[in-house]
Order: sequence, then C-alpha cells, then structure tokens
Amino acid sequence: MMVPILKQGHVLIATIMAALSDEDMRQFREALLDRVVSSRATAVIIDVMAMDVLDSFATRTLREIAYMTRLRGAKTVLVGVQPEVAMTMVQLGLHLEGVATALDLEEGLVYLDRLNRRR
Amino acid sequence: MAPPCQVRVRIDSDSDIIVARQKGRALAAELGFSSTDVVRIATAISELARNVLSYAASGEIRLEALNCRNRCGIAITASDRGPGIADVERAMQDAFSTSGGLGLGLPGVRRLMDEFSIESAVGQGTTVSATKWCPQ
Repeated sequence: MMVPILKQGHVLIATIMAALSDEDMRQFREALLDRVVSSRATAVIIDVMAMDVLDSFATRTLREIAYMTRLRGAKTVLVGVQPEVAMTMVQLGLHLEGVATALDLEEGLVYLDRLNRRR
Repeated sequence: MAPPCQVRVRIDSDSDIIVARQKGRALAAELGFSSTDVVRIATAISELARNVLSYAASGEIRLEALNCRNRCGIAITASDRGPGIADVERAMQDAFSTSGGLGLGLPGVRRLMDEFSIESAVGQGTTVSATKWCPQ
C-alpha cells in the first residue's frame, strides 16, 4: 500500500488512504523522511482520515515521524483523526505529544499559514 | 452476507493483524455496536494480535458473537504457544513491556473492553480473553 505524498510549495501532504500494515507504516515513514530531505520541505501534513484504527504501533510511528521531521527543521501536522479514533486513543493511553493537529487538510494548511506569518 | 458468528484468524504476519481487526469490525457492526465501540473493539483486536506476533511469532485470534440473556456481545480470544508471561500482574501495569513496545497493550485493552482475563504459563503460551457487551 503506497501512501501518496504531494508537494505544495514548501509543504508535503501525505494522505493515508486505507489501513496500513506495520510494514507499510514503516515504509511510509522512510519514504516521507526521504521526501522531507530531498524536497527541503518546511512542513508535513499527514491526513489520517481514512484510518479506522490508530493503535499503539501507528501512534508511535506517527510520533517518530514528527520527531524526525522536527530534527530536519520541519513541522508535522496530523489531520483527520476521526472522533471515534480519538476517544479510543485516549482510553488506550496513547499520546501524541509534540505533534500538532488540525481538524482536516484545509485547517492544517491554515494553521501552517498562520505559523509562517508569525515568523 | 452476514458474517459468521465465530471467526478464527491465524496470526503469522503483520498483514494478518489487519485481517483480524477488519473481521472484528464487521462482526461488531453486525451486532449493532456503536461506531465508537466498533473502533474500540477493532483497536483491542489490533493490540492483542500484535502482542501475539511480537511475543510468540504466531498464534490465533478468535472472534465470537455472544448472546446471553437477550444481551449481545463480542468475545475476542488471542492465543499463542509462545514463551508465556512470567509475571502477569506486572504485564498489566501501564509502563511494563518486554518487547520494546509502549507497554500499554494489555491495560489499554482492558480499558477498551468490559471483561478481560489472561491465562499464561511460562513455556506453554498465553491466552488473552476480552469481551465487550452491547449497551442495553
């Protein structure tokens, strides 16, 4: 399962279209970090709207992506976490500290835009 | 077609985790669980299936539709013939893990479900059972 990564200005937009296996998730992490480096992106938006489950492994991998991206000087915004998924994550005790979130792709772009203007 | 009342999924690779949770999701939706409960059940299956894979390399997830005194429910049983858990009490603590995971697997699953039990014998394997009942 490939995750398409689009580039819009200095922002990379990765849309996860379906449930990913652990191996797919690892490949996605590598592919995204490669793109952050090769495209000199300043921000990454990951859209997880199509993910029906964010379990401990998926959450940990997303946190790793955000941290590795930050080490490259880029910001990660997670968008599209479904309400049921959010409730389950809280109950399961999963955390996404250090990862910015926004309602959807549009709000994610607005958030990054505001961040840029403040600079 | 309605899913069968009992489903068994072999867990041998990480793609089987997705198969198990999709079957669980289908069965839970069929039983009339709310969308939030369906996600809770699918996530619990995901965590239990991953434990099977990372601690025992292979095993099985059994999903069963329950009907008891006019109340419906779903039972998840994850079983393996892996090394077993030496200290079950410790494994149920939030910060404990031996596979480099988050150590949240089992207590987290217990919070997502209504009933939870573990049977484990060192050298023989582990069986984790978790049940969720439909709200009345």
